[in-house]
Amino acid sequence: MTTGLWVVLACLLLVVGFAVYRVRTDGRFHRRRGAEAGTPAAPTTASVLTGAGIDVPLGDRATLLQFSSAFCAPCRATRRVLGEVVDLVPGVTHLEVDAEQHLEVVRALHVLRTPTTLILDPDGHEVSRASGLPARDQVLAALARVS
Amino acid sequence: MSTQIDPRGQRFAASVTSVVLVAALATAPGALAVTLLSLQAALFATAVALGVQRTPVAAVYRSVVRPRLGPPSHTEDATPPRFAQGVGLVFALVGLVGFLTGVDALGYVATGFALVAALLNATIGLCLGCEVYLRIPTPLIAATTRSTT
Repeated sequence: MTTGLWVVLACLLLVVGFAVYRVRTDGRFHRRRGAEAGTPAAPTTASVLTGAGIDVPLGDRATLLQFSSAFCAPCRATRRVLGEVVDLVPGVTHLEVDAEQHLEVVRALHVLRTPTTLILDPDGHEVSRASGLPARDQVLAALARVS
Repeated sequence: MSTQIDPRGQRFAASVTSVVLVAALATAPGALAVTLLSLQAALFATAVALGVQRTPVAAVYRSVVRPRLGPPSHTEDATPPRFAQGVGLVFALVGLVGFLTGVDALGYVATGFALVAALLNATIGLCLGCEVYLRIPTPLIAATTRSTT
């Protein structure tokens, strides 16, 4: 087999592995990895948006904080899904933030891709997050675990 | 406001790209591989310069494929895929430089990256613009933002 064909084979294996991983994890809500174990010294009493220049009222029950960017088709689909959830569940608000305009928050929260959706409790603490386009039922199930 | 496109056309274009890049890798190194890679680079460049809906591949999709599929259930903004085509163009050009200067390893790796991106786009509709931007260090982002505004 030629070098080029080995490269093709390696690419195919990489793509299959990554595609399977993505299809499994996209839109699934989870606690941020390492959020429980790391930095016990930091008292997370402040809202994740404190000092971010994003001064909007949070939802009485939960806030869906969505990070979006310009070159991002699934961000638009996520906006639609979260909008549907807000219409369905009382006390929940949707807040969409342009990641490129708020890079400090993005770094502080370890948001690595868009769309990333954080579920915040009424005090603005992160409860769980999902990257990629979530299904409406995934958001509803994650919200059910908040209260 | 912004141009809307049929997302299935992008999947089709990514499939064509994948086939061309596999053919280029299979025949590399050599004149045929360079020709195929140049052809693909030209397609990427057309998409970046004129828009993803104005490439020859997009024309084939419109006249041959879409009539068999029916109208799209939804349309998408053309900006994200155009950005992705720009990324593809960079990889294809680096690959060309590699094969043309005899640094075949560079040619294989760069063409391989372009193939992985095209295959992920064709299979799961990976949005390259969503993945890479926030991983770029902040100073670089600030630099590009300044230069584009």
